Amino acid sequence: MLQLACALCALSCRAVPVQTPDFCSPSAEIVQVAAGVYVRPGHAAVVFEADEIANIGFLVGDRCVAVVDTGGSLAEGRALDCAIRDVTNLAVCYVINTHVHPDHLLGNLAFQRPGVEFLGHAKLPRALALRGDIYLERASAYEGRALDESIFVFPDRTVTGTVQLDIGDRVLTVRAHKTAHTDHDISVVDEKTKIAFLGDLLFLEHIPVIDGSINGWIHELQAMGGISLAYVVPGHGPTHASWPLAAGPTARYLADLRQNVGDWIGSGGDLASAQDNIGLARPEDWRLADRYHRRNVGAAYAELEWQEWQE
Amino acid sequence: MMSNTRCGAFAGLGWCTTLLIVLAPFVAGATTVEEDMVWTGGLRSAYFGDRAIAQSDDLIILNVPKRAEDAAIVPISITAQIPQTDEHYIQTIYLFIDKNPGPLIGKFRFTPKSGRADLTFRVRVNAYSPIRAIAETNDGELSMSRRFIKATGGCSAPAGSDLDAAMARLGKIKLTTNGFLQLAEPILAQLMISHPNLSGMQMNQVTQLYAPAHFVRHVKVSFDGEEVFSAETGFGISENPSFRFFFVPESEGELTAEITDTKGLQFSQTLQVVPTEGQDAVRN
Repeated sequence: MLQLACALCALSCRAVPVQTPDFCSPSAEIVQVAAGVYVRPGHAAVVFEADEIANIGFLVGDRCVAVVDTGGSLAEGRALDCAIRDVTNLAVCYVINTHVHPDHLLGNLAFQRPGVEFLGHAKLPRALALRGDIYLERASAYEGRALDESIFVFPDRTVTGTVQLDIGDRVLTVRAHKTAHTDHDISVVDEKTKIAFLGDLLFLEHIPVIDGSINGWIHELQAMGGISLAYVVPGHGPTHASWPLAAGPTARYLADLRQNVGDWIGSGGDLASAQDNIGLARPEDWRLADRYHRRNVGAAYAELEWQEWQE
Repeated sequence: MMSNTRCGAFAGLGWCTTLLIVLAPFVAGATTVEEDMVWTGGLRSAYFGDRAIAQSDDLIILNVPKRAEDAAIVPISITAQIPQTDEHYIQTIYLFIDKNPGPLIGKFRFTPKSGRADLTFRVRVNAYSPIRAIAETNDGELSMSRRFIKATGGCSAPAGSDLDAAMARLGKIKLTTNGFLQLAEPILAQLMISHPNLSGMQMNQVTQLYAPAHFVRHVKVSFDGEEVFSAETGFGISENPSFRFFFVPESEGELTAEITDTKGLQFSQTLQVVPTEGQDAVRN
C-alpha cells in the first residue's frame, strides 16, 4: 500500500520537473474538505512523543498551492509535499505558519525551495529564535539524530493585520491575531469556500493549551465568532467543524478556567495549590487532560495574577 | 517523611533513628550517585568547601511538583521546621538546581523578625535535575533537603508567553499580606515583581534576534526599617518573580520592598500594615 502510494507520487512528481523532490516519501493521507481544500488529519498526542499530531493542510488555486502548516518533522513535511503532488501539478507558492509550535512548523524545510514564500506573524521570528535551542534539543532526541538550526525556516514575509494572497481564482485572507493561543497566531480564510484554517486558535477533542494569554484567547474567539464562515479546520481535532458552534468547547474551557483560577487567586491561594486543586468537571471530555490541564492552570494563574495591568 | 512516620511507631526507641542513619547512605546512594555528579563534582565545594552538610528534612522541607508541566514556571516551596527565635534561626537558604546554566537559583536571607523561614517562589528548570535547598542557621549549621525534578522544556516559552506585555509592565510591584494580621505573630506576605527576568541564554539562533540578560538581582524587604527577608537571585527565577514569606509585626508599621535588577533599575513599594491583637485580628 505504501509502495503504491509512493510510486503514484513519484509519477506525479515527475510531471512537474521544476520542483521534483529527489525522492518521494509515502504521501500523507489527506482529506478533501471542500473543492481544492485539503487537510492532513492529526492525532492527539504530546509534542515530540508522536508524529502527525496537528491538523495541517493546503489549498489549491488555479495558479499555485498554499500550504498551511507543515507538520512536526522534515519527513512529515515531505509526506505532505507528496500528497500535494497526488492531487495537483501546480507548484507550492506559499507556506503559511499558524504559529511556532513544532508539531505545526518543523516540516517547513521540506518546502524550502525557489518560488515558495514563507509567511508568519510578525512575532513569529522572535518566538522561533527564543525557543530554537530547546526545540532543536527535543527534536534531535525524538528523531534520534543530531539536527541543526537549518530545520528552522523563518518567514520571508511577516504579517501584521491582514494580508490577502491570490493563488488563482482563490483569495486567502491571512490574519495576524492578538495574543491568544500564542502571541503570534495566524488564521487563514479561504474566501472562495469560507473555510478557515484556525491553527491552534481552536481545539476540539484535544484539550486547549495556553501558551499566550487566556484573556486574549477568550477575547479573540469572541471577536471571531462574528465572522461568517462555512467550516473551520481546528489545529487539533476533526478535520473540520461548523462555525461558530465549534468555538464552544474551547471557549467554555477557557472561561471556566479563568473563573476558577481567578477565584483561587482572589482567595489568596498560591500557584502550586491552584494546580493541585483546580481540576476539570469532566476530564473525559478532553484528550490529554492529564498532560496539559495543570499546565494551563499554571499559565492562567501567572497571567491572571497580573491582569489588572493587562491592556 | 515516610521514615519519620515509621519511626513514630517505635517512639522512644533510639535505635530506630540510628538504624536509619546507618542504612541511609546505602539506600539513597545507589540511585543518586549519578544524578549527583554535578554536585559532588565541584558545585558543592565551590559554595561550601568541606563544611559538613546534613542531608535531612529536619530543618527545612523542600516541596517541588513530581513533574513540572511548564518548565518555565515551576512552583517551589520551602517549609522551615523550626521557629525563628533571636537565639536560633535560619539565616540563609540556598536553592540549587544542579543542571541549570546558573545552578545557584537564589540565596535567601531571613532574620528572627521573619518569624518563620518559609518561602514560596517559582523557578525555571532546564533539564531533569536534582534540586536542593540548603539552610544555614545562625550558628553555622548546614542542612539540605534534596529532591529530583522532572521538567521538560518542550513548547513552553522560555522567556514568557507574552514578552511585550511583560516589558510594558516592567517594575510594577504588588506587595500584599495574606490571612490574619495578628500582632506579634508571623504574617504571610506576598511580593510580586513584574519583570521578564530574561536569562540572556536564548540568543545564539540563526537570526540576530535575541533578548539580552535582564533579571532581578536583589530583593530586600523591611518592616519599619528592619530587614525581614532578602534575596540575591539569578535568572533561574521565573518571569514575574513572586515571593511568599513571613514577617512578625510588633506594632503597626510599614512593610517596604526594594528591588534592583541587573541593569541597575530600582523599584520599590511600601505597604501600611495595621495588625491587631488576638480575636480582633482581621482577615486582610
